[in-house]
Parts: sequence; structure tokens; C-alpha cells
Amino acid sequence: MGLFQQLTEKPWLPSPLPLADARAIRLPAARLGLRVFCGVVTVLFFLLLVAYAERMAFEEWRPSAQPWLMWLNTALLLTASAGMQWAVTGVREERIEAVRTGLAGGGLFAVAFLAGQLVAWRQLALMTPFDITNASIAFFYLITALHGLHLLGGLVALGWTATRLQGDPPPAGLRLNVELCAVYWHFLLVVWLVLFGLLFSGNDNLEILLALCGVR
Amino acid sequence: MAAAIILVLVVVGSVAFHVLSPWWWTELASNWSYIDDTLIVTFWITGVVFVAVILFMAWCVFRFRHKEGRQALYEPENKKLEWWLTGLTALGVAAMLAPGLVVWHQFVTVPEDATEVEIVGQQWQWSYRLPGADGKLGTSDTRKVSYDNPLGLEPGDEAGRDDVVIEGGELHLPIGKPVKVLLRSVDVLHDFYVPEFRAKMDMVPGMVTYFWITPTRTGTFDVLCAELCGVGHAYMRGTVVVEEEVAYQAWLEQQQTFEQMTASAD
Amino acid sequence: MVERSLGPADIVPPFEVEDVELYHPKSWLTKYVFSQDAKIIAIQYSLTALAIGLVALVLSWLVRLQLGFPDYFTFIDATLYYQFITMHGMIMVIYLLTALFLGGFGNYLIPLMIGARDMVFPYVNMLSYWIYLLAVLVLAASFFTPGGPTGAGWTLYPPQAILAGTPGQESGIVLMLVSLILFIIGFTMGGLNYVVTVLQARARGMTLMRMPLTIWGIFTATVMALLAFPALFVGAVMMLFDKTLGTSFFMPAIVQGGEVMAYGGGSPILFQHLFWFFGHPEVYIVALPAFGIVSDLISTHARRNIFGYRMMVWAIVFIGALSFVVWAHHMYVSGMNPSFGFFFAVTTLIIAVPTAIKVYNWVLTLWRGDIHLTTPMLFALGFIVTFVSGGLTGLFLGNAVVDVPLSDTMFVVAHFHMVMGVAPILVIFGAIYHWYPKMTGRMLGETMGKVHFWTTFLGTYAIFFPMHYLGLLGVPRRYHELGVTSFIPDSAHTLNAFISIAAFIVGAAQILFLFNLVWSWFRGRPAGGNPWRATTLEWQTPETPPAHGNWGKELPVVYRWAYDYSVPGAKLDFVPQNQPTLSGG
Repeated sequence: MGLFQQLTEKPWLPSPLPLADARAIRLPAARLGLRVFCGVVTVLFFLLLVAYAERMAFEEWRPSAQPWLMWLNTALLLTASAGMQWAVTGVREERIEAVRTGLAGGGLFAVAFLAGQLVAWRQLALMTPFDITNASIAFFYLITALHGLHLLGGLVALGWTATRLQGDPPPAGLRLNVELCAVYWHFLLVVWLVLFGLLFSGNDNLEILLALCGVR
Repeated sequence: MAAAIILVLVVVGSVAFHVLSPWWWTELASNWSYIDDTLIVTFWITGVVFVAVILFMAWCVFRFRHKEGRQALYEPENKKLEWWLTGLTALGVAAMLAPGLVVWHQFVTVPEDATEVEIVGQQWQWSYRLPGADGKLGTSDTRKVSYDNPLGLEPGDEAGRDDVVIEGGELHLPIGKPVKVLLRSVDVLHDFYVPEFRAKMDMVPGMVTYFWITPTRTGTFDVLCAELCGVGHAYMRGTVVVEEEVAYQAWLEQQQTFEQMTASAD
Repeated sequence: MVERSLGPADIVPPFEVEDVELYHPKSWLTKYVFSQDAKIIAIQYSLTALAIGLVALVLSWLVRLQLGFPDYFTFIDATLYYQFITMHGMIMVIYLLTALFLGGFGNYLIPLMIGARDMVFPYVNMLSYWIYLLAVLVLAASFFTPGGPTGAGWTLYPPQAILAGTPGQESGIVLMLVSLILFIIGFTMGGLNYVVTVLQARARGMTLMRMPLTIWGIFTATVMALLAFPALFVGAVMMLFDKTLGTSFFMPAIVQGGEVMAYGGGSPILFQHLFWFFGHPEVYIVALPAFGIVSDLISTHARRNIFGYRMMVWAIVFIGALSFVVWAHHMYVSGMNPSFGFFFAVTTLIIAVPTAIKVYNWVLTLWRGDIHLTTPMLFALGFIVTFVSGGLTGLFLGNAVVDVPLSDTMFVVAHFHMVMGVAPILVIFGAIYHWYPKMTGRMLGETMGKVHFWTTFLGTYAIFFPMHYLGLLGVPRRYHELGVTSFIPDSAHTLNAFISIAAFIVGAAQILFLFNLVWSWFRGRPAGGNPWRATTLEWQTPETPPAHGNWGKELPVVYRWAYDYSVPGAKLDFVPQNQPTLSGG
């Protein structure tokens, strides 16, 4: 029964639905929870993007230099996601070794990405002239920091999943945890690709996109 | 029973308060009688709805209060009644919105023949700038603000040299002439607020905002700040004098231009 | 016209769904302090919110002391006054109303009303409360820092909020922003729980349209909050950067005290957009749960089904969606592009239609009902009066051009206090009188309750109704003293004094309420399981107060909607949702 039908049913009449089916969405709660959370995070970064665009239209917009390292970092994050996918395949095929390798890869490359971001921060700070009142620089720090914090939160969840790998657990019991970690990794990768593509890979990509949409 | 009576009294009291209230808007001193008219329309429509809904409720409380043996009516919905009410409400809303939008259009459309006046807010005083003989205001930049140049005029701009600069004094306006009021701030948000003019707009640092009015009544009016601007907010006062053209010109003659100001400072 | 079949519903064998794994507390500490039971968390949320709310209440007295008698209380200077109004506003809107409706009522009622054992993520739920508590403590700490709490106004508009000349710019504003960020993180944890629980953990037979309107209100408000709070989060983080790192997101070139500051290029209006993109939905985040709860109170105590249930649900969802495209009606005179005014005036006035429908349906539920004027019912009636009054004045302020003379005057203060201060608070009181018996097993004192109601209702009306006329006169808001003006007559000062006295009386009445809460806990009349003879599931629990896990061995099965009151042919004038047949059995 579709959502529209559910919302138009006359509830004072006997339900046309067998009682057993009276649930809207059939998903493990954690999976739905993660989806909702990803939705919230999407709104967060979308608003940052909007704020960036609006600030760009205000006076005195000075594009900042872009550390070349960001390309390498993007590749690291991509690899981390691939690692997580490897773990998912492993857990689905019940190969515990693949799960271990995948999770380790996903975690280590994510840590490498974060380290790379820190180096990029340093690179930008050493560039002259460095002016923190320049909004393009300030946005760079703000956005990368928030994205990094979300990844850090993911690493905590990953660490918790990893502790459950000790001993020789049946892979089936781990499946949901591994899959959820992977979903979160992929999500943060997509968020990063959008942010990186629009804001940090070339100075006027966002401008071009807005022009294409006819906003500016 | 008592509850129903008190509800009725609330309605009667509210209406009586509205009718008898000595607290009502100040006498208008600008062209914005349309704003007052829209407000009156809104008062009537919302007033009728308020009285009708609460009185109906009071009646229900009285008529259908619990008694032994009373049974409520089982009626999940009544499509017809609900659509009627929706339609009527939409109509009432439209009756307020339509004049509102028309007047808003006038409010944001400045007449071509309006003269420009600039008002600059800073913590916690008002300053004014009027175009000089060339009828144009020169450009300005907050970063150029200094002791000798309180409004931050571009010293290099020819158009600004003959601008009349009034720091912390009163503003005079000629009656019957539309004025476009340009608003600027050099520090925080302010809002140039003369209740008798009805129109107002925030001053935002880094931007120039505006509103327009035609003064229609001579007199001296208080200026207040209507946007919180720090501890001195309540003390940020000023005075606007609306007067006949002759008196206005005489006043204008006595004011200092930007050029004179900088010269005297040297 | 009555359309319903009177025959028995299909009787299904109870409960075949897999058992929910419950966390079982092992010690007193995990049972009552670090509890994962939504009911305990709800009480923790409520008590914390009420405690900090009392602080805000005291602040409002101080504000009224100054406004009513500006010459007598010289210790309240401009600095203190701005700190008082800022903290009063922020605490009331965020830390009391939002936390109490969603964290308090949400936690208590969602699992019980939808027939679940608990929230789906109890551990996260517990974390949510402790982060909220931390946010409250950080906020309270700002009272004790050098320079005191921020006095930037609850809207925290930059550049003023972080510059000299504003009270609390030393550290108060930083603590305020940090506290908001914490609150949002904590709320997101709770909010995820409420949404997923409503979607996933409903009992068998509890279709979406069988949910009580309370759940619809809380659910929709939570979804909105999850989408709106990120805007405040972004704004708060950016302002924190501006304050502590010297960035210029919101800070243009500024000259203060004759010095050109290092800031440059920022847009103060950008903050206002972010703030109100959160701030307007926030109004409905508070209002929608109140709408839902009041619907259930009216229906139960008028012994009549809520009139037009489907319309009520659609209106809640429609209002929730629409409230995201009306935010700039707070900014008609902010200096934003004036052509936006057309769009936002239209959307704002459209929202009046579904809101009006809700009011009609409440009143039509009373019509031909069997009205029991219990304390919760009285509060519901009081809510309708104040909400109608406050909602109608919203039509003044939403209509761009009418807003121009009224914005930033006491009219605005009167409007929003009536519609999102008094109205939701009355619902909170009504809800407490209604559900206290379920939470404690005892009734709240009815006579004390009635005294409390009439003083609070008539008192607040006497405060805020006349206040509109001060605004109409042109009295600006956020003035700690009016000084000498040509247009404010002496009688306005008299009115201000009257308003203040009314405020003190209302405040004093709340002490009676607190006393009633404590007294009834020990001495109240035993309530039994279902004192209001209500249909919804929370009244059908095997134990009162409900035990951990709520439902004993078997989860309830839902056979009907939440509003089967006075059904023709039924034995009693209410049929519980989990009762298969009209006659019972």
C-alpha cells in the first residue's frame, strides 16, 4: 500500500489492511536511522554550500589558492570507500579475512585522508598572503573541518565494529554493522566529491554551476 | 457555565479594550495612509474571526457541557462543512493579502523624482548627508571613516565634495516632496524609526538599504533606533523636522559641505 | 452521517512479532540516572527543562520590574536588561519549549502511544539527554563568567553579537554558541530516535492514520527540527569562527570607536537567513506538538472523536512543509532584496489556511460533544483563545507592508508571546494535568489546578493583549526605558505597570502548580489505569505507572483509530484502540 493511500485511508472504517502488514517501512531500524542521519548531514552541507554561494555574491570575494594535496586526499578517501566495499563483499560471502582486510583498509585510508587534510591545512596557512578574513579561506577550513569530524565519528563506529571481529565471530552477525559503516563511508565520499568538485578543485566551479542553473 | 461566561467576557473585554483604548497609532506624517488602511482592513477581518470563533466556542461550552445522559455525536468528518470553511478562510486571507501586496509594491518602488538623503547609523548616533548643488551623493567606504571624515566619503570623488554632512544634528525635510532615504551603518545593525512616517528599514553595515516617503505634515518628530545595537540602543535618538520649502532652504544654507569640513580640519 | 460497521473486527492472535531486546538495568544508577528507559529519560528531560525554565521565568520578572517601574529598580541597567531578555528568550524557546515537547513528551508518549516497548536506540536516547544537560550547564555557566551572559537579543544578530558595546561579548556569546551547538547535537540523537521509532516500532495494526494526533504533531515537528537545526548549527559555528578566529563570514568592514577593525567583506544578512531558516520552523516545532496534544485533550474530554481527523493530519504535514518557505517574513525590514517580500507574504498568509482549519476542527469537536470541564480541558480551551488571538495578529506581521510599521515594536513581542509562548505553555500544563496520573498513578489536585488555570490564562491574556496596543502606538521593543518622547503618553507607562503586576501574579500562580506537582505525588487521589476513560494505548498498559518495557508479556494489537468516543452501539462512551469489538471482550 502506497504512502498516498495510507494517508488518505479513513481510519474510522475497518482497515482494508491485514493487521500484520500495518507497518510503513520494513528496514532494520539501524539502517533507517542511518539514512535519516545522512539526510540531516546532507542538509548541513547543503546549507554550507548555499552560504558559500551567497557569501560569494557579496562584496570582496577573493578566491583562495587550492593546495594540490587535495587531489591526493580525494584519492585516499576513494580508496577508503573501496576498502569498505571489499569488506561488504566479504561479509556477504562470509569470508571473514576479506572483512578484516576491507575494514582495515577502509579505516587506514580514512585516517590517511584526515592526516592529508591536516597537511593541506598547514600548506594553506603557510601560503602568503594568508588572510583569515578572506571568506574563501575561512570556508575551506570550516567545511573540511566539519567533514573531517563526521569521518572521525565514522571511525569510532568502525573501531567498535572492529572490536567485534576479535575471536572468530560468525560473519552473519556482523553483516549489518559492516554494511552500515560502508554506507556511511560512501555517503561521506559523495559529500566530499561534491564539496571538492564545487569548491576546492577549481575556483569557479560553483559559479559555473549557478550560472548553468540560471541562478546567477 | 462559569467557564462559558468568562470566555464571553474575554471577547467582550477585548473588543471594548480595542474600542476604548487610548493607545493607538500616532498621527500620520507621511504618504503611507495605505499602510494604515491595510491595517484597518486586517483589524476588521481578524476581529470578526476572533469574535466569531471564541463566541461559538463559549456557546458550545455552555450548550454541550456534561450532563447525565448526554451523548456526544459520532461524526468523523464533514467534508462539505470543512471545504466551506476552507474556502471562506482563503477568501478572508486573500482580502488581506491583495491590498497588502499592492501597497508593498508601492513601498518598494521609489518615484523617479525622489531626492536622495543618506542616513548613517553608528553606535549610538545618527548622521545625515544631503546631495549638494550637483544633486548627487558621492561614493563612500566604511574603511575611509576617520575623525575628519565621519561618514567615510571617498575623498577623491568629485560628486561628494559638495555633499552636505550633518554629524549628530537634526535632519530637515521639505514637505510634499518624495525622499529616497538611503541607509548605511558603519558598525552594527540600526533602524531609523520615526513612528509618524510608518516606513522603516534596517541599516546594515556593508550594504546600502533604502525606503521612501513623502512627508505630508510639518512638525518635529522623534527618531528612535528600532534594531538592537548594543547597550546604548535606547538612547540612540534624533530629530526630524518637516518644514515648508522656504524654511528648508534657509536651513540647508547654513550646513557645512564635505569640502568645507575637510578644509576646516586642515 | 455515521459510516462505520458495527460488527466485530477480525480478531488476530496477539503478537507474533519478534521480541525487542531490552536493556535491563542492573543497578540503581543505571535504572534512574544513566537510564535507557524512554520514560525515565522523558522525566529527566522535563525536570531539567522546567528547572532552567524557572530561571527564565525569574528573568522575565526582572525584565517586567524594569519595564513597569523604570525609576525604582536602578540596579537593572541596560547591560543587565539585555542579558535578561536574551537569556529569557533563548531559554524559553530552545531549552524549555523544544526540549520539553520533544525530549519530554516525545520520549514519554511516543513508545506508549504507538505500542512499542521503548525507543529503537535506547543508548543513543540516553546520550541525547546527557548532551542536552551539558548544553544547559554551559548555558547556565555563562551567568558566572566575566562579562556575564550575552545580551545580543535571542536572535544573536551579528555584527553586534560579537562586538564591544554588547553585553557578554567577552565570553557569554561564546558559551551561548557552544551551548547551542551541543543542544543541536544532542537533539539530533534524540530526533533520530523519535522518527525511526514512529516509522518502525508501531504495534501491529497501528497504521499511520490510526496514530493519535499527538504522535503526528511530535513526529512532524521532529522531522522539521532535524532539517531546520542544521541551519542554526551552521550559523552558530560560523559566528564562533568570526568571534574566535577572526574570520569574516558575517562581518563587513566595521569602524568602532574610531578604529577600522580587521573584519571585511562579510554579510550580516546571511546570518539572518540562516537563523530564520531555522527560526521559523522552530515556531512550528513548538506549535505542532501542541496542536497534536491539544487535539487529543479536546477529543478525550469532550468525549467526541476529533472532528476531521484526516484534515488535521494533512494540515499538520502541510504546515510543516510550508514553514520552510516562509522564513524571510521575519526580515521584511532587514534590508534584504525587497522583491522577496512578495513571495514571503504570499507563502506566509497561505499557511493561515491550514492553521485556521485546525482551529475550526477543535471548536467543531466541542460542538455536540459531552464536555467535561476538567483541568486539562480548561487548559485546552485557554489554548484555543490565546492561539486564535496570537495567530490572527500573525496575519498583521506576515503581510509585508503591515509589518513595516509594527516590526521591532511591542506588537511583535505581544504576538509571539501569545502564539508561541502562552499558547504552547498552556498546552504543556494541560498535558501535565492529563498525563500526570499515568506517570505517577495519582491525580493532580483538581481545585488547585483550576485556580492555576484561571490565574495563568486570564493573567497572561491581561499581559499580552494590551501589549499589542503599545506596539501599535509605536513603543519599540528591547528598550529598557522609554525615556522622553513626544508620542508616548504617560498612560502608556501606567499600562506597562499594569502589565508587570499581571506578570507577577501569573508567576506566583506557577508556585501553586509546582506545589501541586509535589503534593499530589504523595497525597493525590489514586488514579487507576485510565482515569479519563481514554482510548489511546498509553492508558491501556497493564501497570500504572508503566513498567520498563511498557506492555508486560505481549505487545498490544491495534484494531481501531484513536478517537472512538461515543460510538453508537458501543457499551461505554469510549472504545480503546486495542479492543477488538465495540462491546468489549
